[in-house]
Amino acid sequence: MTTASGRTTTSAPAIEVEGLTRRFRVRSKGFARTEVTAVDDLTLTVGAGESVGYIGANGAGKSTTIKMLAGILVPSAGTVRTCGLEPVRQRRELARRLGVVFGQRSQLWWDLPLAESYRILAAVHSLTPQRERERTAELVERLELGGFLTTPVRQLSLGQRMRGEVAAALLHSPALLVLDEPTIGLDVLSKQRLREFLLAERAAHGTTLLLTTHDMGDVSRLCERVLLVDRGRLAYDGSLAGLSRTVGARRVLVVDLAVPAADLHGVPHAEHLDSEGGGLRQRLAFDDAATTAAAVLAAVSERVEVRDLSVEEPDVEDVVRRVYLSRGR
Amino acid sequence: MADLDQAPARAGTHRSTTALAALAAWWRPYRAVLTSRVRAQTSYRGSFALDLASSVLIGLVELAEIWVLYRSVDALGGLDLAAVLLVFGIADTAFSTADLFVGHVDTLPRYLRAGTLDVFYLRPQPLLAQLVTSEISLRRVTRIGVGLTALAVGLAVNDIAWSPLVVAFLVVVLLASTLTFAGLFVAAAGVQFFLVDASEMTNAVVYGGRYAATQPASVWGKPLVALFGFAVPIAFTAYLPVVALLGLPGAEWLPSWLGWLAPLAAVWTWAVALLAWRTGVRHYQGGGG
Amino acid sequence: MRLSPGPQRRGGVAGTPRAWLRVHGRLLASGFRRGAAYRGAALGGLVANVTFGFLKVSVLTAAVAAGGGELGGYDEAAIVAYAWLSQALLGSVNLFGRTDLADRIKDGSVAVDLLRPLDVQTATTAQEVGRALFQLLPRGLPIIVLGVLVGGMRLPTDPPTLALGLLSALLAVVLSYLLVYLVAASGFWTVETRGLQVLYMIVSGFLAGLFVPVTLFPSWLYALAVATPFPSLLQVPIDVISGRVDGAAALGAVGVQVAWVAAAFAVGHLMTRAGRRRLEVQGG
Repeated sequence: MTTASGRTTTSAPAIEVEGLTRRFRVRSKGFARTEVTAVDDLTLTVGAGESVGYIGANGAGKSTTIKMLAGILVPSAGTVRTCGLEPVRQRRELARRLGVVFGQRSQLWWDLPLAESYRILAAVHSLTPQRERERTAELVERLELGGFLTTPVRQLSLGQRMRGEVAAALLHSPALLVLDEPTIGLDVLSKQRLREFLLAERAAHGTTLLLTTHDMGDVSRLCERVLLVDRGRLAYDGSLAGLSRTVGARRVLVVDLAVPAADLHGVPHAEHLDSEGGGLRQRLAFDDAATTAAAVLAAVSERVEVRDLSVEEPDVEDVVRRVYLSRGR
Repeated sequence: MADLDQAPARAGTHRSTTALAALAAWWRPYRAVLTSRVRAQTSYRGSFALDLASSVLIGLVELAEIWVLYRSVDALGGLDLAAVLLVFGIADTAFSTADLFVGHVDTLPRYLRAGTLDVFYLRPQPLLAQLVTSEISLRRVTRIGVGLTALAVGLAVNDIAWSPLVVAFLVVVLLASTLTFAGLFVAAAGVQFFLVDASEMTNAVVYGGRYAATQPASVWGKPLVALFGFAVPIAFTAYLPVVALLGLPGAEWLPSWLGWLAPLAAVWTWAVALLAWRTGVRHYQGGGG
Repeated sequence: MRLSPGPQRRGGVAGTPRAWLRVHGRLLASGFRRGAAYRGAALGGLVANVTFGFLKVSVLTAAVAAGGGELGGYDEAAIVAYAWLSQALLGSVNLFGRTDLADRIKDGSVAVDLLRPLDVQTATTAQEVGRALFQLLPRGLPIIVLGVLVGGMRLPTDPPTLALGLLSALLAVVLSYLLVYLVAASGFWTVETRGLQVLYMIVSGFLAGLFVPVTLFPSWLYALAVATPFPSLLQVPIDVISGRVDGAAALGAVGVQVAWVAAAFAVGHLMTRAGRRRLEVQGG
């Protein structure tokens, strides 16, 4: 079943979901119960080796979907296959092929150092001593865990802990890695490191990635395909560029100028949004698919002297809102 | 599983070594967690010593309560102090042993609230086995010591016609009672999937059961006999085996020959426990949790 | 420390006692409401208390019967009342030794409490007593009703005995929190109060008469028990409520409770002052 590297070789799609529906009964007032549909007739396939961003507003049904993929929740209707297996019936087999990073719940032992958590997890996943050594060394090096490998987890910073969690989920070399809000609360540098690692891991091992996020930066750097859910339904399936075209998911360049200037109209692929302080601070929206922040900045710098700048990422909530508006029309 | 290449086929011993290797491979995940838990608990020496000492003290206070009661009476429900010491010894040893290995399944509501149980779903072992081996309450060893001491004294001061059968009976009873209490913990955990807020309700049966186990069941009224005699077969853990062993008359509804059926109580408890656990997990996966 | 329901004095008096009463009345009420928030836990506690009640009643009545109808001054009716009343009070009298305050002292956030123009001891006691009094509704009353209906418990019905019984129960609740406060306040000097808390839990229940009335103790153990405040937590209020002790003896018993409340309050007050000074010196 498994090769020497511990990797399961299978040509089946990583995720196959058809008509997937999940309803909850929630207590509303007193003893009255109402039914809420968290996931509504979801049909999609994720091929082996793909990298997919699963986005949507809070309560859109992302976590519920992940729980059904991992066999934690039973679907109300429809079918799920994860790594070619039925998650609930074949949970233990699936556990060997699937890794999940829950942003909120830890797989690590809070009172133990990372190194010991990995020793336990290696035993949990029945890794051979050689495989354990190799894989731990690889993850420690690539995720730069060496400096705090012997520190109890409870004393780690959020960024350190999250890298530790990712390594824990990848220790058994799963074919599919699901990340639920992996970068939430992280500083810019930690986010950057984590994204680079995930790209490298995927390049080296062909790991399928599925991540939910509120950060469009995660999606644009990591994912070649975007699934957007709205109220449990699939609202968009395609490339990020396509999503941007549909709804105009634009980033915004904010420039502080040395002296007040007239509104910066006519910058290629960019649109002037507004000015503050009589033109001292100006905001320009640009489409990621058509240009880059550097190109817009270069064009602006030719006309005025820029003292400071920042780039505002588009917000997932904003994108969802716009998709919803465009569909409503 | 992964050790196939390092099993040189030596005639005769081949089968037993592979069986042993398979057992070791099966045990490895649980052993890894348990050894690290033991190390973590014993690393805070002061705190651990305190836990050990307070476990002894709690056991001694419970013994003292029985002794105080027996100072004024010769016998309670047909048992004299010597006999009740035997009941206490068996009950306390069995409960504390079960508590040591399984007692922490009590923390399930906390696991459910924190989502820790979801993490168990990501590991290739059965959920219940993971929960049971996720912790071990080493501090209970001194409590087991109190129970064993009471048991030893009880065996010495009672008039027992020793024979291999009696020894075997005692061993089986201790094992069965421990399993009964362990099953009680697991059943309570299964119910806690439904009663996340009211774990004290299951405590009523688990810790009430512990208290009941040290009593002569002959003092119970009908409701208690129904609850702790049969539904939750607490009377089978210590009282009934002791009256069977000492040749004493049992109680109404609880004749002393039932004492020979202690293993049946363990089987019954585990049947209920596994059903409760299964139902609880189904409920959790159904999203009712 | 005022223990009567409230002064009859009206306005015109200096505002301080009135303000004190108003603040502590509100704290008491907020504690009461906080208790109401945990309904599931209260129901679970009730089921546990009732189960133990049945077990205690059977073994204690069997002991009375074996003792020829009398045991340590208890006849069957009195021992039945003893078993059920002790279970009814258990939800309100703190025999565990745990409070939130212990955590606040340990993690240092008590410094914030000490900055308020409120005495930490009286304020936390008011809140905890409020919470404990709420527990009488879901846990205390049903058990008393059950004891009367199912357990055959009889309680005195004359107003003076009832009033004195209620006062005695209230004193027991207040005293238990004043004692637990001492356990928590020891955290000003030691890093870890868990040892003391566990010791309190083990010793207080036994010496309060949780499972066996203190009067059954051998004389040396009895002398030891009555030298501690613990019998005032269960044994005394139960005897006064059930009418087993009445007249001057009952007044005397309640007097002992008042004395323990005063002593525990005084010690706690001194510990708070010394603890505050210690924090001020250390936290400089």
